[in-house]
Amino acid sequence: MASKMLRQGLGTNITAIVNRLASELQNTPFYNDFLADVQTTMATQNFNKERFGAECYEWAQGTSLDTRLRNALYHLMHVQPTLLANPDTPRHVLKEPLTYIRKAQSAWERRLVKCVNSMTAELGVPLSRRRTKQEKEEFSDRWASLSTEETDLTMIRPVYAPKDFLEVLASLRNPNYDEAVEENLWGSIQLPFKVNDIKGLVELYGELAYCCKHTGLDEAVAGEYKANLTLAEERLILGQKVVERNHGPLSRELIKSGCPTSLRGVLWHQVLGLEITDKHYKHFDELVQAVLQHDLLVDKLIMKDIQLTASNDDQYFVFEDILFQVLLCFFRDTEVLSHFEHSSASPPLAVARGNTPSPDALVAYPPCGVIPFHGFTMYAAPLSCLYEDPVPLYFTFREMYCRYWYRLHIVTSHSQGAAALALQFELLLQSCETRLWQHCCAMSIQLLPIVFKWIVRAFSGYLVPDQLFHLWDVVLAWESLEVLPVLALAIVSFRRENLMDVTSQQAAEAVLADITAISVIPLLKLALAADRGREREP
Amino acid sequence: MTARIAYCTDMEKSVLSNNFEKRGWIQVGPDDEWNFYWAGAQTCRSLFSVDSGYRMNDNQMINHFPTHYELTRKDLLVKNIKRYRRELEREGSPLAARDATGRYIHLDFLPTTFMLPADYNLFVEEFRRNPNTTWILKPAGRSQGVGIFLVNKLAQIKKWSRDTKSSFNPALVKDTYVISRYIENPLLIGGKKFDLRMYVLVTSYRPLKAYMYKQGFCRFCTVRYDTSGQELDNMFVHLTNVSIQKHGEEYNSVHGGKWPVRTLRLYLEGTRGKARTDKLFADVTWLVVHSLRAVAPIMASDRHCFECYGYDIIIDDQLKPWMIEVNASPSMTSTTANDRIMKYKLVDDIISIVLPPDGVPNVHWNKIPANDKSGDFELLLDEELYQNSDHSATHRGKNSDRHSAPRWK
Repeated sequence: MASKMLRQGLGTNITAIVNRLASELQNTPFYNDFLADVQTTMATQNFNKERFGAECYEWAQGTSLDTRLRNALYHLMHVQPTLLANPDTPRHVLKEPLTYIRKAQSAWERRLVKCVNSMTAELGVPLSRRRTKQEKEEFSDRWASLSTEETDLTMIRPVYAPKDFLEVLASLRNPNYDEAVEENLWGSIQLPFKVNDIKGLVELYGELAYCCKHTGLDEAVAGEYKANLTLAEERLILGQKVVERNHGPLSRELIKSGCPTSLRGVLWHQVLGLEITDKHYKHFDELVQAVLQHDLLVDKLIMKDIQLTASNDDQYFVFEDILFQVLLCFFRDTEVLSHFEHSSASPPLAVARGNTPSPDALVAYPPCGVIPFHGFTMYAAPLSCLYEDPVPLYFTFREMYCRYWYRLHIVTSHSQGAAALALQFELLLQSCETRLWQHCCAMSIQLLPIVFKWIVRAFSGYLVPDQLFHLWDVVLAWESLEVLPVLALAIVSFRRENLMDVTSQQAAEAVLADITAISVIPLLKLALAADRGREREP
Repeated sequence: MTARIAYCTDMEKSVLSNNFEKRGWIQVGPDDEWNFYWAGAQTCRSLFSVDSGYRMNDNQMINHFPTHYELTRKDLLVKNIKRYRRELEREGSPLAARDATGRYIHLDFLPTTFMLPADYNLFVEEFRRNPNTTWILKPAGRSQGVGIFLVNKLAQIKKWSRDTKSSFNPALVKDTYVISRYIENPLLIGGKKFDLRMYVLVTSYRPLKAYMYKQGFCRFCTVRYDTSGQELDNMFVHLTNVSIQKHGEEYNSVHGGKWPVRTLRLYLEGTRGKARTDKLFADVTWLVVHSLRAVAPIMASDRHCFECYGYDIIIDDQLKPWMIEVNASPSMTSTTANDRIMKYKLVDDIISIVLPPDGVPNVHWNKIPANDKSGDFELLLDEELYQNSDHSATHRGKNSDRHSAPRWK
C-alpha cells in the first residue's frame, strides 16, 4: 500500500520534474545556439507533414545534435541538482533539511564573517577598495608574475584551517538524539547521519572493487582485448574513440577503469560537461578586469594561502604565477553564487559603501560568496599539471569546486558533506579495523584529526600528482566524495602494523605524516574487496 | 674469514657516509688499503697519472675513469662527438645522415659549438651567417656556472678576447673557452626556464655498460624567462645551476627549484600528448647513448672504475633535447629534504649495481648485475649482453648497420 502511494507520488512528480528541467534548459545559454542549429539542419531535410513529430524524432536519434542535447541535459542535472527534487519543497529545506544543522551553519558563517571583519579593523585594510589608475597599471604589468608581488602579507593569517572546522563539527549535537535509547556513536562526530557502511560502499563502487584491468593498478599488463598491446596502449586507443564521441556519461564510464594521462584534460571536461568557448574567454577577461579594478581584503588572504601552500609545494611551485591569476579571478566571480542553491551555506553579505543598509543594497562579499581557508589553493593547484592555459584551468577548477569541493568545508547533513565523510571514516574504522581502533582508543590516539586534513583538501598536496589524479578520476566517475574516507581507511589499514606499535598521538601523526609513496588504486581495491570475515552477497 | 670492506672518501657528505656505514664498511685514509674510493676528480688525476706509479689491486674500486675528461670537459666532448659523427659518415652509416642544410638528422643533439681561441675564425664565419643569434661562452674546465656569460654581438667577443689576452691571470689564460649557440627558445613551464639533470652510471666502456636513473629532476630558474635581450646579464634568468640560483632573491629552500622528472612527464603528457612526450624521453636516451659511444673508443676502460655522470640537458619549445654538458662529479650536496632522500637512494643503487654479488669489489667479476640490484636505475645499454644474445640466437638477418647501433632495452 505504501509503495503504491510512493509510486503514484513519484509519478506525478516525474512529469513535473521533466517539465521543470525542460523549461530550465530553455533558459540556459546552450539553448538558443542549439535551437538555431537544429532549425538550420532540419531545413535541409524533407519531412512528411503529417508524421513530422515522429520522423523528426527518428532522424535526430544518434546524430550529433542528439548527443549535444543529452550532454546539455546531463550537465544541467548536475549543475542544478535541486531541479530533480520534489517541486513543492521549500528552498531552505532544499538547501538543508535539518534545522539544527541549518542553525549550526549560520553560526559558523557568522563566526567567519566576524573574523574577516575584525581582520579588516585590526589591519586597517578595507574589505574592498578601488585601485588608483597607477596601481591598476602596475598591477596589470605584473599580471604574468604575481608571485613576485611585494605586498606585505606578514600580518595576514588564514581565517581558519581544517582543524578549526573539525572542532566545530565535533561539537555539534542533534537535539532529538537520545544517547540512552539509541545506538552509540563512539567517535568524535556525534551526528547520527545515515552513511554507507562497507557493504554499501562496495556496492556503490562495484566496478572498482571487482574489475581488475585498471590502468592505475598496472598499465603494463597485456590489454583486455588485444594481447599484443599493453593495457595503457589499448586504453589510449579506446579513449580517443570515446573522446570523439563526446558524450558525458560515456566518458564517465571510461574513466571508471582508468583515465589515459594524455586524454585526462579533455575527458574531465566531457564528464563535467564543460566546453570552453569564446564566451568563457570573455568571461575570464571580465574577471581579470574586475581584479584590476578593485583590491579586496580577500585577495590578501588567498595570496597568503598560495605563498604558504603552492609556493612551497615540491610539485606545484612551478605554477604559482598561474594560480595567482586563477584564484584572484575566482573570488570575483559572481556566477559561483549559483551553487548556493543546493548548498546549506549562504554567502556573507555586505553593504556597498555609501549605500544605506537595506536588503536591496546587499552584495556578497567576497563576490563569489566563499571565504577561503588555509589550503584552499590546493583545490586548484593540481589542475595546473593538466591545463597550460589559465582559462580552461579556471573553469575546470570552478566547476569542480561548485560540484564537489564546496561540501568539504560547510556544515551540512548531506551524505557527502564533511561531517558525514568524517563520520563515515570513524564508522569504517570501527567496523573494519576494530583492533586498530581499540588500540587507538586505549592510547588516546585520534586518527580522525589526521585524516580529516586529507579529506578536506581531497588529498591535494598529500599525494603525488599522478596518484591524486587517479583519485579525482574516481570522484568524477562515481560522482561521489565517499571515496575520500575509503582511501583514508585504506591508508590507515596499510600502515596498521606501524600504528599498532605507537603509543602517542605524536607518533601516530609521524606514521601518517608522509603519504607521497601511496598508490591509490591498489589500496582502494584492497579496502573494497578485502574479505575480513564480513558477510558478502554472492 | 672475510675482512670488512674499507672505504675512502674525499668528501664528507652524509648521503655518502650513511650509505657506507649502513653496509658496515670501515673508513680508512687514501694511503691505506681501501676497497672502495669515492674520490674527487683531483685525486683521480694524481692517482691515475703515470708519474704516481700507483697500481690498484684486484679488490679495489674507484668512482672515476682515468680519462673521464674526454666526456666531461666541454671542449673535448665537442671534439669527440664531431669525430664520432664524421667516422659514422665515413662508414656510410645511416645514423650519420644529413639533411639539405647539412645538419645531422639523427645526431643533432649538440648545439653548434666552437673552441676559442682555436676556432675563432670558424666561429666568426658562422656568426656572420646568422647575425641575430645569442651565444654562450663557457670555460672548458670549470663548473657550477663559473665564468659563463652570454653575448650577441661580435664586438663583445672581441672585447673579451682582448681582455683575456692582456690579463696576467694564469687561470684565465690557461682556460680554453667554448662558445655555443645559446638555446633561445627553451621550453618554459610556468614562464620559467629549466634544465634537466639526469644521472647516468657507466660501469664499463668496452663493452659499454650504461644505466640511467629514473629519478632525474628539473632545475628551475627563480626569475621568469626574458628573451628581449635586456636581461642577458641577469644570470638568474639564464643559468639554471643551483649554485647560482640559490643566491637569488626568490630562492625557496623548501623545494629548491627542483622538480621531479616524473611530474614533468605527467605535465607534458597531459598538455602535449603521449606521442610527443614519449619521443622527447626517447630522444634523451638516444642522446646519452650516442655521447657514450662517441667517447668509448678512446676512454681507458679500467676494470677498477665506474662513474656516475650528471647529464645537463635543455629542452627547447619544440620538445627537442639538447646536450649542454656532462658532469663527472655531480653534486652530492642536498639542498632540500627530498633531494637528500633521492641522492641517498642514488648512491645506494650505484653501490648495489657496481658490486659483485658477494659485496666485495672484484676486478674479475663480469659486471652483469642481477635484475633486482638495479634499484631505480634502468638498463640503458649493455653491449656484452647484446653480443652474447646475438651469438646465441639464430641468425636473424639483421643488416650490418644495425650491429653498430645500440641495442635498446
